[in-house]
Amino acid sequence: MSTITTDDVRHLAQLSNLQLTDEEIAHLQIDLGNILAYIDQLNALDTSGVEPTYQVTGLENVWRSDEVQTSDATRDVLLALAPEAVGNSVKVPQVL
Amino acid sequence: MSAISDIVNAVNSGASSVRTQVEAALARAKSAQQYHALLALTETRALERADEMDERRARGENLGTLAGVPFVVKDNYLAFGAPTTAAAKILENFNAPIQATVVERLEAEGAICIGKANLDAFAHGGSTENSAYGVTYNAHDRTKVAGGSSGGSAVVTALDVVPFALGSDTGGSIRQPASFNGVYGIKPTYGFTSRYGVVAMASSTDVMGCFAKSAGDVELIMKIIAGRDEKDMTTLPDYFVVQEESDLPLKIGLIRETMTDDVDPEVRSITEEYVECLTKAGHTVEEVSMPLAPLALAMYYIIVPAEVSSNLARYDGVRYGRRAEGVKTLAELYGRSRDEGFMTENKRRIMIGSYVLSSGFFDAYYLQAQKARTLLINQFNELFSQYDLLLTPTAPTPAFGVGDNVDDPVKMYLSDVMTVPASLAGIPALNIPAGVSHGGLPVGVQVIAPMREDAKLLAFAKAMEARS
Repeated sequence: MSTITTDDVRHLAQLSNLQLTDEEIAHLQIDLGNILAYIDQLNALDTSGVEPTYQVTGLENVWRSDEVQTSDATRDVLLALAPEAVGNSVKVPQVL
Repeated sequence: MSAISDIVNAVNSGASSVRTQVEAALARAKSAQQYHALLALTETRALERADEMDERRARGENLGTLAGVPFVVKDNYLAFGAPTTAAAKILENFNAPIQATVVERLEAEGAICIGKANLDAFAHGGSTENSAYGVTYNAHDRTKVAGGSSGGSAVVTALDVVPFALGSDTGGSIRQPASFNGVYGIKPTYGFTSRYGVVAMASSTDVMGCFAKSAGDVELIMKIIAGRDEKDMTTLPDYFVVQEESDLPLKIGLIRETMTDDVDPEVRSITEEYVECLTKAGHTVEEVSMPLAPLALAMYYIIVPAEVSSNLARYDGVRYGRRAEGVKTLAELYGRSRDEGFMTENKRRIMIGSYVLSSGFFDAYYLQAQKARTLLINQFNELFSQYDLLLTPTAPTPAFGVGDNVDDPVKMYLSDVMTVPASLAGIPALNIPAGVSHGGLPVGVQVIAPMREDAKLLAFAKAMEARS
């Protein structure tokens, strides 16, 4: 189950928005294969009829009042963090 | 022994000024540069705050319960005075627009942040070798690792640069470096501390905690940073009440599966010596079995990468952080910025996360791990129906050599094998310094308490400390 091909690595890189070099792909194929071989041991555990745990403290939905709150992180402060900004917009290269 | 109270008393009595305390801490930080524990000093802001506090004190104002106490934050806490990098290139110039709730609470009590500590990038790692800005070295031996991911925070605490430092713990990132450097380090109950303003790693196990040289100082800091925060809806309602006296005797279970032949013999013998101390203190210690403990690491390295892949999706070089140059399209901008901005271990975890969450594999990995997590929690609950606390070594070895595990991610993951069970269950656990190896390296034990029993855990540690 845990054999992983270079095509698998390329597909995962695409899903993960990572533009990897060929050298990285070669290394990651080995690393990811080893990690998957390790976590595969969990398959032997019988979990039939067991409910999964996603949250540990039994927390249910928490409400807050729908009020506008001020923040020091103003539009200007946040725009100043962008690598490129024009006016009140963040600039990016062409989409297609 | 309270390094924190000593400073507060000196400042409040007028024997010392806040500026004196901050300058002294900055000088200590500079003289410890060979350990590379800090990525930046927040010198200008720290001295400004010190002067402002000294003026307030001159006017007779109360400066708070941490008046003039210098501290260090792990550089995944959003804090003013220097960039917040998470030790990754993709955030190299990120000047946080807000501060973490935990930092705000400490500053409101008069504590002063003097610097930002190194970590494994995005807190992915167990040695602080996986930082884009260089390795942090162990406080006791610079050929050994600091542990991680909060390695810098553990080292500055061990070297007495500051009396306490903040870390974050997702699977052992406070407890394991605390063990490697010989200091106390706590991972509280999940939801005990606000995660607001801390770079997210795995949202279902991330908790904020601290390092200090004494259990009492850990307790003092946790009391201040604990509690409900409207900005983190997973924070629990306020429940932490300091327990002055420890209950005696306690029934403590030593988890057999953490004392096997795979564990370093010196670590086992130091743990056994600690069991003797417990017995002498009047506690009852029995060997117990937790059959799923050895499988917890496999659960962890499915669940956590899944959450990592989701939490790290936001770093794309668009709104903040480092952007790749010379790209023509948006897709290229995302792909290249992320490839250049993340460390190899970040990429491994993101890709494993993408794998275990992808259709066709979701049931076999992610769902299976979350079901196994339920069984693990059931085993904790069964043990806690008979025992007050559980005991394990904190790490299977003392600090390993710099470079020893960097090319073998699975070997590196194994240093978390003792600490991940409590993380998956969301229960509190504390590293207590227990001894020193023949090579002069510290070894700690981990004490685990039931959910929300943080106060009992700390009261126990204080009582044991008072005896030693």
